[in-house]
Formats: sequence, structure tokens, C-alpha cells
Amino acid sequence: MSTITAAENASATTLRERKPAKGSRSSTTTALLMLLPAAVLLITFLLIPIGLTFGLAFTNARLISPRPAEFIGTDNFVRLFQDETFWKSLRNTIVFAVVIVPLQSACALGLALLVNVKMRGVNFFRTVYFLPVVTSMVVVSMLWLFMYQKNGLINEVLLKFGIVGPDWLGDPKTALLAIILMSAWQAMGFHMVIWLSGLQTIPADLYEAADLDGADTWQKFRYVTWPGLRATRTFILITITISAFALFTQVNIMTQGGPLDSTSTLVLMAVRTGFQQQQTGYASAISLAFFVLVLAVTLLNRYVTRDKDVVR
Amino acid sequence: MIATLTTGTSGTEGLAHVAETAAPEQRRGGDRPHPARHALGLLLRIVLCLVFGLPLVFMVVSSFKPDLQIFDDLGSFKAFLPTGDISTDNYTGVFGRVPFAQFMTNSVVITVVTVVLGIVVNSMAAFALSRIGFRGAGAVLGIILATLIVPFETLALPLLWWSNQLPFLGPDGISQGWLDTYQVQIIPFIANAFSIFLFYQYFDSIPKELDEAAKVDGAGWFRIYRSIVMPLSGPAIATVAILTFLPMWNQYLWPLMAVQTEELRPVMVGIDYFKQLNTSWGQIMAYATMITAPVLVLFVAFQRSFINSIASSGVKG
Repeated sequence: MSTITAAENASATTLRERKPAKGSRSSTTTALLMLLPAAVLLITFLLIPIGLTFGLAFTNARLISPRPAEFIGTDNFVRLFQDETFWKSLRNTIVFAVVIVPLQSACALGLALLVNVKMRGVNFFRTVYFLPVVTSMVVVSMLWLFMYQKNGLINEVLLKFGIVGPDWLGDPKTALLAIILMSAWQAMGFHMVIWLSGLQTIPADLYEAADLDGADTWQKFRYVTWPGLRATRTFILITITISAFALFTQVNIMTQGGPLDSTSTLVLMAVRTGFQQQQTGYASAISLAFFVLVLAVTLLNRYVTRDKDVVR
Repeated sequence: MIATLTTGTSGTEGLAHVAETAAPEQRRGGDRPHPARHALGLLLRIVLCLVFGLPLVFMVVSSFKPDLQIFDDLGSFKAFLPTGDISTDNYTGVFGRVPFAQFMTNSVVITVVTVVLGIVVNSMAAFALSRIGFRGAGAVLGIILATLIVPFETLALPLLWWSNQLPFLGPDGISQGWLDTYQVQIIPFIANAFSIFLFYQYFDSIPKELDEAAKVDGAGWFRIYRSIVMPLSGPAIATVAILTFLPMWNQYLWPLMAVQTEELRPVMVGIDYFKQLNTSWGQIMAYATMITAPVLVLFVAFQRSFINSIASSGVKG
């Protein structure tokens, strides 16, 4: 292929700038054809199910039933709001998110700072911290189920330090905490990498300037690192929160929501009713509640960060 | 031309350095940390290594021990060492208890097919939106991006019901209901809004002059996609492949509900078989090790790409 001359470059630019001209009929056809497979799949398996979540929540649809679903108004929601398990699940889901979001993001930032230095072997540390991320949650849940046993590995280790550990998963007081700790352990490496990529967008001259001004480590963190991580922070907050609300695998494998519903979550409840009891309509109502929660948090997050933009 | 290329792609390739370059941080101009502080920092890093690494070591080591010995060793460092009565009995036991080869084949087929088709379908869509363009392309992209906040879990139950209503044209004619099939584990996951976004972003960084030059040479859009843009998009393809591979391999919720036939189940669901009667922790650890090994091997082999793909999933913020 020939080198592009300056003239060709210029004409190419002007071609692109004349916007309406870019979609000639044949290229529009090609574009639509190339978009078609993805469009069909996204409509079928994403947009329609989103619509169905809203639609089915107002019906008595069952997973497998010879009779068509009937519209039953807000009956599912009336039932949902009287369902004690729903309130417990909602509470557990929110508690899980409220505890794990700061815990996991702060620890992951700590890890990122620890491995963001020039040091021999730092790559090794980074790799080890990242290992749980490539281990599936199913495997991690099984492993920790074993380690959390009353005479399991964790309590044996604690005993070495003279601490008598609780019956982690068997006691309603500690079960949710136990699940929080192992979840944070599994996902921390993921967010460490995201913090790390944020840290590396901060220009080195800022640190040099801070050095010249005689800033100590804490001041450099407070006035250079922390403001430099604003975008990363928003992203991490949103992703951890949304995935925290979706808590299911750990709970299903380790406790099935017990003891006494102390680890039941919205998704676990939706699976119970919609799959095991085949009540799709009711499960859709739960899913809708879950969706509203996610939406509320995302919008709140947007609102809070936008506010800061104005201040700055 | 080469010059344009390098400057054009460097924007995205900058990410590739994330894993490699440690930030040019504080340690400059003779500001070396105090030796005691340095030692403390190193100790902290090593303790954290144990926290993140030892449970996995424990898993692998235990998979070679008889159940009784696993419990005996819990109270000492032996828990993390392959000592005592080491054998592969647990592995033999796993093969006797579940159709492991079948589960493994299913997972490999489902994952590989989804990854490959996902790359093709999503990159074509992104190409149409980013490089060809048409009236309304911006709105289409907007809708796609808006769906990113919807977690799969909110759709799982309605999707389960919907999958049971869908018709399928297979070799034996038209059948109704997708439950208990391979396609229900593959087709819903091919098109992915985030993959489209990643490709879109990458394609945008490749200079458009290439298209113009190719058009002068008589190439059509599809040819430009196949012979120019895709070959230049290695990093984006790797990112999408990894970000599709991990969740597909780890899928649990969906196959748990959508597939009841044993012959069609993937590896993650298979672990439930071991939680029933006569729990053998040695066998569970062996099973866990075997289903983790393929991912670990790939991770070690493509470490940089793995870490970069995770890092680039963060740039959307």
C-alpha cells in the first residue's frame, strides 16, 4: 500500500467532516448487516428479558405451565412486601454491600500502593494477590466452606494466637460476616489491578513537585494520589456495589441462606421462588426490586460525583 | 504509514504498560526509605502473600491426602505441605463419582464457542458503529451502553422463563423450549454490550486514513474489517477473549437453573454432586484443583494480557 500523502490526508479529513456524506446507501447497508447478529442477540437475550422483568412481575406466570400467564395486578408486590424473608434478604443484601464496599475498595487500594513501587520481586507479589481472582467463586466457596468449619483451618490458625474462633457459618451472628470476608478475599486482586492502572495515570512530576515542597508520605497521598484517583474511585465504587447486590454463588454453596435466613439474599430468593418453586411471576417481582436497588445506587452515585464536578 | 500506525494505536497500547512499569513514584532523588521501614514493608507484603496464597496451597496439597490426614494436619504447618500418605486416590475417586470428562468437555465447548463467536459478532457490531457509521449509530451505541448497568442476575429468572418459550430450529426440525440444551448455555452470552464497547473504543483509535486508502485500492467495508482493522486489533481481541473466558468458565447460576441433564452440565455445577451424601473433602479438593488448573495455566501463560484486560475494564469510568 502506498504512503498517504499530506493531500490525501487532508481530503480524507474533509470527507469525514462532511457528516451526512459518510452514510452512502451501500455502506449503510453493510453497516446494518454487520450489526445485525449482535442486534438480534441483544434484543432477544437482553432487551426483551429486561421488558419481561417488568411485564412478568404483574402476572402469575409459572416456569413450566400449560396455562398462559394471567395479569394479576400488584398482587406479587403485596405478597412481597408482607414476606418476612424478602425484608431479611433485602437487609442482608444491603448490609453485605455497605460493609464490603469500603472494606474491599480500601484494602485493594492498600494492595495497589504496596505493589506500585520499584522493588525486586514486586511482580511476584502482584501475581499472588491476583491468584484468587482467577479461581472461580464456586471453588473458593467450597474451599472456605471447609476452612470455616468449627475445627477447620481458620479456627486452628486462630487457636495458635490464643483465639477461640466462632462457628463461622453455623452462627447467625457471624455467617454474613464470614461470607463478606471470603468474598473480599476473592475479589480484592481484581480491584487492586484497577486501582493500579489509576495510580499509573498520575504524572510523576506531581510527586516530584510535592517532594520539593517537602511533603511527607501521607501528604503526598492526601494531596496528589487521592485527587488523582477520582475517576477510578467512581468506577470501583459502582462496580463493587453492583456485584455486591448480586450476591448469590457463595451463599448458595456455603449456607443456602441459613442459618435462620441470616445470609439469604435477593438473588438467592429469586432463584428459590423462580426456579425451585417455578413461580416466575413472583421471582420477577423480586428481580424488579433488585433492579430498582441497583438503579437507585447508580443514579445516587452519578448525582454525588456530578456535584463534586461543580465544586471543583 | 507505519508512523501513522504507531501514533494511532499508542493511545490504547499505553494500557499494555500498566502491568509492567511500576509508577515512577516517591523513590527519587535519594529519598530512600529508612531500612527499618523497608523491612516492615517487605514483611507486610510477605504476610499478605501468605493470606492470598496459602488457602490455594492448602487446596492443592489436601487433594493428595486421605480425609483423615487432612484433618490431622490442620493444626500444624503440615496442612500446607505434601507430607504423609500422598496419593492420587482422590483424583481416581472423582472420576468414579462424577462423569468428569463429560463435564470438562462441556465447559470447554461452551466457553470456546462463546469466546470465538463473541469476538466475531461483537467486533462486527463495533466496526459498523465506529468505522462505517450510519444515521442513528450514536443512538444505538447509547442504548448498548445504557444496558451495562443491568446485572445479569436481575434478568436470570425472566430469561429462564423466556428461554423455555423460544423455538429452536435444529437438525430434528423445530422444537420448543431451550432448557436442557447446549445452545441455552451459549447463544444468550455471545453478544455482549461491554465487548462491543471495548472493540468500539479500540477501533476508534486506529486511524481512519487506513480505510480511505484501502477504499482507493478498491476494498469494500468487509474487506477492511477483515484484512486491516482486525489484524491491528490484537490487544482488543485478547481483552475481549479473556473477559469472556473467565465468566463463561466460572458460570454457575445460569447452568444450575437452565440445565438439568447430567450429560450437558459444565464443571462448576458438577461440584454440587460432592456436597451430597458422604462428603469427602479430599475428593472435593481434587475436583476443585482440576477445574481451577486450566484457568491457572492460562493465567500463568498469558499473565500480562490477563492483568491488562482487567485494567482496561476499569477505563470506562
